[in-house]
Amino acid sequence: MSTAVADVHEVPVGSHVNYLNASYGIKSWLFTTDHKRIALLYLASITFMFFIGGTAAVLMRIHLIEPQGALVQPETYNKLFSIHGIVMVFFFLVPSIPATLGNFLVPMMIGARDLAFPKLNLLSWYVYIVGAIFTLYAIISGGVDTGWTFYTPFSSLYSQTHVIATALGVFITGFSSILTGLNFIVTIHKMRAPGMTWFRLPLFIWAMYATSVIFILGTPVVAIAMFLVGLERLLHVGIFDPAVGGDPLLFQHLFWFYSHPAVYIMILPAMGVISELVTCFAKKRIFGYSIVAFSSMAIAVISFLVWGHHMFVTGQSVYAGLIFSVLSFLVAIPSAIKVFNWTSTLYKGSISYEAPMLYALGFIGLFTMGGLTGLFLASLATDVHLSGTYFIVAHFHYIMVGGAVMGYLGGIHFWWPKITGRLYPDAWARFAALVVFVGFNLTFFPQFMLGYLGMPRRYAVYPEEFQVLNVMSSAGASILGVGYLIPLIYLIWSMRYGPAAGPNPWGARGLEWETPSPPPTENFEEIPVVTEEAYNYTGARQTLG
Amino acid sequence: MISAEIARIFLDGGGRSLASALAPIPIRPPAASTIAEGVDKLHFTLTGITLFFTVIIFSTIFFFMIKYRRQSEDEVPPEIEKNVPLEILWTGIPTLICVVLFFWSASLYIQNARPPDASTEIFVVGKQWMWHLQHPEGVREINELHVPVGVPIKLTMTSEDVIHDFYVPAFRVKKDVLPGRYSSLWFQATKTGTYHIFCGQYCGAEHAQMIGWVYVMEPSDYAAWLSGGASHESMAQAGERLFTQLGCVTCHVTDNTGRGPSLVGLYGKAEKLRSGETRLVDEALIRQAIVFPNSVILPNYPPVMPTFQGQINEEQVLQLIAYVKSLGMQERTGK
Amino acid sequence: MADMVHTAHSPALVHQFETKEQQHDAGSLGMWVFLATEIMFFGGVFMSYIVYRALHLEAFIQGSHFLDVTFGATNTAVLICSSLTMALAINAAQTGKSKSTIITFLGLTMLLGAAFLFIKFAFEWTHDWTEGLVPGLHFTYSGPHAPGVELFFCFYFFMTGLHALHMVIGLGILATLTVMAYRGRFNSDYYAPLEVSGLYWHFVDIVWIFLFPLLYLIGGRYGGGH
Repeated sequence: MSTAVADVHEVPVGSHVNYLNASYGIKSWLFTTDHKRIALLYLASITFMFFIGGTAAVLMRIHLIEPQGALVQPETYNKLFSIHGIVMVFFFLVPSIPATLGNFLVPMMIGARDLAFPKLNLLSWYVYIVGAIFTLYAIISGGVDTGWTFYTPFSSLYSQTHVIATALGVFITGFSSILTGLNFIVTIHKMRAPGMTWFRLPLFIWAMYATSVIFILGTPVVAIAMFLVGLERLLHVGIFDPAVGGDPLLFQHLFWFYSHPAVYIMILPAMGVISELVTCFAKKRIFGYSIVAFSSMAIAVISFLVWGHHMFVTGQSVYAGLIFSVLSFLVAIPSAIKVFNWTSTLYKGSISYEAPMLYALGFIGLFTMGGLTGLFLASLATDVHLSGTYFIVAHFHYIMVGGAVMGYLGGIHFWWPKITGRLYPDAWARFAALVVFVGFNLTFFPQFMLGYLGMPRRYAVYPEEFQVLNVMSSAGASILGVGYLIPLIYLIWSMRYGPAAGPNPWGARGLEWETPSPPPTENFEEIPVVTEEAYNYTGARQTLG
Repeated sequence: MISAEIARIFLDGGGRSLASALAPIPIRPPAASTIAEGVDKLHFTLTGITLFFTVIIFSTIFFFMIKYRRQSEDEVPPEIEKNVPLEILWTGIPTLICVVLFFWSASLYIQNARPPDASTEIFVVGKQWMWHLQHPEGVREINELHVPVGVPIKLTMTSEDVIHDFYVPAFRVKKDVLPGRYSSLWFQATKTGTYHIFCGQYCGAEHAQMIGWVYVMEPSDYAAWLSGGASHESMAQAGERLFTQLGCVTCHVTDNTGRGPSLVGLYGKAEKLRSGETRLVDEALIRQAIVFPNSVILPNYPPVMPTFQGQINEEQVLQLIAYVKSLGMQERTGK
Repeated sequence: MADMVHTAHSPALVHQFETKEQQHDAGSLGMWVFLATEIMFFGGVFMSYIVYRALHLEAFIQGSHFLDVTFGATNTAVLICSSLTMALAINAAQTGKSKSTIITFLGLTMLLGAAFLFIKFAFEWTHDWTEGLVPGLHFTYSGPHAPGVELFFCFYFFMTGLHALHMVIGLGILATLTVMAYRGRFNSDYYAPLEVSGLYWHFVDIVWIFLFPLLYLIGGRYGGGH
C-alpha cells in the first residue's frame, strides 16, 4: 500500500464501530474507563494548559524587548515567569506524552484490551483536573510569584501571593502522575500478549516503563516538599526558617530530589516516540535495540542520584559537589548512546520526510545540543559562573522544547490517524515543523550567549548591553508561537474534514497498526499472538491497507 | 505590534542609531579575575565539544536524509541491527571525554574554592533588595564594592531575609547568600575597572534591581578611598561599642570572673562544648552563640546566656564577630 | 499467562484481563507498587526528621521526653495485634472458613485500629493540646531549646497525623471488605481484595514501628545519654 499520506481509504470515515462512536453524550466521556477516551480527555486538558503557559511566555518575551521592561511591572513579571514554569512543568510537560500517547498506546502496543486499572486511570484524570483548578484559581485570583521552584524561605515566609493554593494544586496533580505510573508498570508487567516478551516490546513501552519508575519513586517526595511549605505558611511554624532552627536548604533537597528525575520524566517518553518514528520513516529496525532499552532504564536510575547539581552554589561541601558532578556527567552517557543509535538507524534506510520524521530528526539534533550544554552545568567550575543565568534557561528549553515538545508533536502527528481515523494535511504539518524549528533556535540560542555574558534569569529588567540578544530571542518567540498555532488549526480541522485514514497509513510495524483507525473500544477482537521482534521492517512487507 | 516595537528600536526610537543597534553583539564578559581565564578556557572547550558533536550529528542526519531518501515504495533496507564494537566506541569516547572534563573542572573548582590565607576580608549582608557591604576598616557601602587590584579578597556573606546570591560575572564567581548562616567566596581582581554585581537567586519583587558595581582600583587609589571621607570606626571598634551597649561585657569579663567565659584568645580555637562535641570557634559559631546561645555553651558554664535575636541585625552581628576576632589575636587567659 | 484457553469468565473477572490469575497478579503488583510510592512519601518526611534531629539533638530529646512512652508502646502492641487479626482474616478466606469467621477477624482488626486512633487522639493529642505543645495553633512551651522543641512537635504531628490518616483510610477499606464478606464475596478461590488490603494494613503497621522509636525513644531514656 502506498504510504503517501493523502491516500483516501475507500470505506468512509467511522463506518465501523470504534471507541469514538461507540457511545455518545457527555456522560459517556466523563465516566469512561476506556484508556483511549481518557487519553483524549488528557489531550484536551493539557493542550489548554499549554496555551496558558504559552501565553505567559509570550507576555514575558514581549516585556523583555526593553531593558526597563516593555509591558508590565516587575511584580507582575515575576508572576508571569512563575506561572509559565509551574503550568508548563507540572501541567503540561510531566503528563504530556505519558497521559496522552502513553494512555492511548500502552495497551495497544502490548496487545491488551485496556490498562490494568481503568477506573484508576479515570481517577488520575480527575485528580489532574482538581489540581489544575486549584492552580488556575491561584492564577486568576492574583497569581503566584515564587518561581516554579518555590524556594524557601521566600515561598514559606515572604511571598504575598497565592502560594498555598498553587502548592496544593501541584501536590494534588502529583497523585495523577503516581496513579498513571502505577497503572503503566502493572500493565506492562502483567498484560503483555502471548509472545510479547520484554525484548520484543516497542521501545516506546520501555520508555513508558522507565518514566513510570520515576513517577512512582520521585513524585511523593515533591508532594512532601509542597506540603511542608503549605504547612509553614498556614501555621507560621518554622520548618524552613533559620530563625527558629529550620534549614531553607532542606526544601531544596526535597524539591530537587523529585524535580531532577522529573526532567527525565519529560524527556524519556519523547525518546520513546523518537525510536518509533525513526524506525518507521527509515523503514528499518532500530540500531542497538537492547542498548537503547537498557539506556532508558539506566537514565531512570541515575537520574535519582544527581539532584545536587542544582545546588552547586548553595554552599554545599566540595565533596558533595564532586560526587554530584561525576554522577551528572555519567547520566549524559546513556543519552549520547541513544543519539548515536538513532542516527545509525538511518544508515542505509529508506527515508521519507513526513512531518513526524521532521520532528524526530529535529529532536535528535536539538537534544544533542541541549544535552551537551548540560555538560557545562555538570562541570563544577563552569557551573559556578552559569548557574542562575540564561544559560540554564537555554539549556533546559533546548531539551524541554527542542526535545520533549518536538517529540510530543511528532508523536501526535504520527498517531493522529490512529487516534482520530483522519489524516491531516502533511504539507502544512511539514511547514509548521520548519517554523517551529527556526523559531525555536532563534528564541533560545541567544540565551546561551546571554547566560555566559552574565545575565541572570528571572530578571524583569536588565542592563542595556543585553538588549540585542533579548530582542532576537523575542523575535524568535513570536515565530515559535505561530509555529505552535498552525498544528492546532489543521489538526482540529482534520477531525472534521480530514480524509479517512486506513489502519496503517505510514506502513509502520506494531500491534497498534493492526487495528482499524480509530480502533474499537476493546482494541482487538482476538488478543494477538506475537511471533516477531519489534520493528520488523525488513521482514514481511506490510500489506494492510 | 511586536514587529513595530522591534522596528522602533532599530530605527532610532530611543535615541539609538541603526549602527549602534547592530553593533557587535557581545560574546564574552570581561575577564577580570585570576580564575576567569581558566574558567573561560574550560567553557570554550565545552563550547567546541558541543558544536563539534552537534555539527557531526546534524550533518550525518542531513547526509543520510539525502543519500538514503526513499527512491521507491518497494525498496527493502538491509538488516543492520547492531554492531557491538561501534557501541563500545561511542560509549567509550564520550565516557573518556566526560572523565577528562570532570577532572579538569573539579581541579579548577577545588582551586577556586579555598581563599588564599592572606585574603582581605569584606563582609556582605544581602537583604531585600540591596547589598550592604562593610570593610573591616569601617567603611560601609550600599550596592557598591571598592577593592584593590591584585589582592585576594574574601567575602563573608549572610542574608537578613531570603536566599540571595552574590554574582560578579567578570570574576566568574557566584555564591548563594543564606539567612542564618555565613557563606563565602573569594576573588583576586586582575584589571581595574567597573564590573556588574547581580543578585543571582530570585528573591522577590525587586530581584532584578538588586544589582550594583564592583570598582577595582589601583592599591594606592584604594587606600586613598578607604581613608577618605568621614572618619569611620572599624568594624572591631563598632563591635566593641556594641559589646558594651548590649551588656555582653557584664558576663564575658576578660579575667574570667564573670558568669560567662572570657572571649580573649578564643577565636580560631577548637573548643569542646557542654554537649560533648568539639567545634571550631569561627564566625558561624559566634553567630550561633549570639542567636541560639544555649546550643553552644562551654563546659563548666551554666546555660544562662540570653539570645539577642531580633535585637541586632546581621551587620551588627558581623561587627561583634570582628571584635571577638580582634580579641582572639591576644593571648588566652584563664580556663 | 500460560492458559489462553477461552473459558467462560467468572463473574469476578473484569474485562481487561484474560484470566483470574492475571487479574490477581495485577492487583497484587499494583498494591506493591503503591506501597513503594508510600515508602517514598513517608521516606521524605522521615529524612527531613532525621536531618533536623541531627541538627538539633538536644531539642529533639527534650521534645521526645514530652511524649508518653506507655501510650506509644501500647499502640505498637495494638497495631501488631491488628496485623495478626488481619492475617487471620485472609487465612480464613484462603482456607475456606465461614464468612462469619472472616467478618470476626476483620471486625477485630477494625476494633484494634480504632483503639489505636482513640489512644492517639483522645489521650496523646488531647494531652499535647492542653500542655500547649501544638505548633502554630497552641504552643506555649518556653523552656530550653524552645524553637527546636517546636520543630520537633511540627514533625511529630505531621508524621503521626499522616500515619493516622492512613489508618483512617485503612479502616474505611476494612469496612468495605466487611460488607463484601457479609455478602459472601470471598471464598478460597477469590480473596484478592483481602490480600491486597492486608498488604496495605501491614505497611501502615510497619510505618508505625519506625515512627515509635524515632519519635518516642530517642535520647536514651533508659540509661545512655541524658
